[in-house]
Amino acid sequence: MSPRITLATGGRVLRQIRHDPRTIALLLAVPALLLTLMRFVFDGQEQVFQSIGAPLCGLFPFIVMFLVSSITMLRERTTGTLERLMTLPMSKLDLLLGYGLAFGALAAAQAIVVCLVGFGLLGLVAPHGVLLVGALAILNALLGMALGLLLSAFARTEFQAVQFMPAFIFPQLLLCGLFVARADMAPLLEAVSWLLPFTYAYDALERAVSPAALGAAILVDVLVVIGTTIGALALGALTLKRRTP
Amino acid sequence: MPEFAVEIEDLEVVRGGNPVIRSMSLEVGAGTITGLLGPSGCGKTTLMRSIVGAQIVAGGRIRVLGRAAGSQDLRSTVGYVTQAPSVYGDLTVRENLEYFGRVVGVGDDRVSETVSLVGLEDHFDRLVSSLSGGETARVSLASALLNRPRLLVLDEPTVGLDPVLRAELWRDFRELADGGVTLLVSSHVMDEAGECDDLLLMREGRLLRHCAPDALRRETGEEDLGRAFLEVIERTGGS
Ligand SMILES: Nc1ncnc2c1ncn2[C@@H]1O[C@H](COP(=O)(O)OP(=O)(O)OP(=O)(O)O)[C@@H](O)[C@H]1O
Ligand SMILES: [Mg+2]
Repeated sequence: MSPRITLATGGRVLRQIRHDPRTIALLLAVPALLLTLMRFVFDGQEQVFQSIGAPLCGLFPFIVMFLVSSITMLRERTTGTLERLMTLPMSKLDLLLGYGLAFGALAAAQAIVVCLVGFGLLGLVAPHGVLLVGALAILNALLGMALGLLLSAFARTEFQAVQFMPAFIFPQLLLCGLFVARADMAPLLEAVSWLLPFTYAYDALERAVSPAALGAAILVDVLVVIGTTIGALALGALTLKRRTP
Repeated sequence: MPEFAVEIEDLEVVRGGNPVIRSMSLEVGAGTITGLLGPSGCGKTTLMRSIVGAQIVAGGRIRVLGRAAGSQDLRSTVGYVTQAPSVYGDLTVRENLEYFGRVVGVGDDRVSETVSLVGLEDHFDRLVSSLSGGETARVSLASALLNRPRLLVLDEPTVGLDPVLRAELWRDFRELADGGVTLLVSSHVMDEAGECDDLLLMREGRLLRHCAPDALRRETGEEDLGRAFLEVIERTGGS
């Protein structure tokens, strides 16, 4: 592993995205616009908007980075650049951490915009500080990225990769407790929800935006998120093969 | 320097359930240009992938620059240019080369040197996706030349290039070889075979001949290497 190569890789991924201004605009604007839309969908129901919109500020980066990173890695595989990199003096960790740097930075930018709009303009509140929401957003983005990188190994085409979003993210979004409290779900679903990483990402955010004192529970959530990220990256490293059939 | 840059013994490769390389043994002399020729699908790319350690092999032994193929310290001394250009279309020529340069640990001065070597200095700041096929191929080639590897494995590097550029590149290849670099170059273009010191003729995963161009001409009585190759194929045909 070499910091030089890791940094170069992070810079390269960011440069690729920089050449695509439309993607940057979408990345930064869409979450904020959706949040604004939601504010008026729940017009006059501040409580509902707070309970759904505030955690969403930290969940958008998860969803977006999952998609963007899986497509970026898939392109790397299909255009042969991954094969080239694997014949160069680059460790798999350099590649994965380089992606982590790039998408972490991107997630930070995204979180800043959506938090400014949500907590600054739309009247959402973060009793424990917007900074905590932002930090969670970045951790969640890295989790989304790690899962995206891992799943991209199982997609042959970009069509397939895009389908992973409804297949893997929507169920987690439904089960995490954002729309319906998990205790009110069918018992089987509640049990399943405990196994899904998104649940912990949501749980941490839910605690961060509710007035109750922060206990050790949020720490558990954060540790689960970080642990799953590391686990997914490790599995992702296994899917990067220097020798292929 | 060892006498051979590549030594292969009894190589077997199976792809998609089919034997693609069959009990192949050969040596590539250090500091030579060796041409790898053969019909489409005969296994040229597979052989090159095996040499650079990108291919899962079913059997045999490959030593590259005195080490097992694919070992870690070969990654900075072996350059591989894939048949399809493997560069980032959404980056400029400069950004591509700077990135690969940082990965292999060379400075940006080397980047501008290399870009002139392949004649792309006028397109330095163009997006690769906006270049022609031949230009893109040259970006891919330049990326592999950055760290002056001791063995260069080039899979059809001159496809889609005009005759002038092709001649230029072959002059560069010769210069590299004179400087001690070993080149293994696959090609479909038979007049390029005459530029090589040594030829490997392949067919259906087997090595038909390993000889200098002149020896091939003598053996077949054909002055034209393309016809000489056809002659060899016909003689060994049907098997
Ligand atoms: N990924 C793969 N999976 C299964 N079979 C493959 C794969 N790639 C190549 N093959 C098969 O292996 C054989 C050799 O392929 P290879 O690419 O080495 O040929 P080649 O000599 O480089 O051909 P060309 O001159 O067209 O590039 C072919 O029969 C091909 O169909
Ligand atoms: Mg080929």
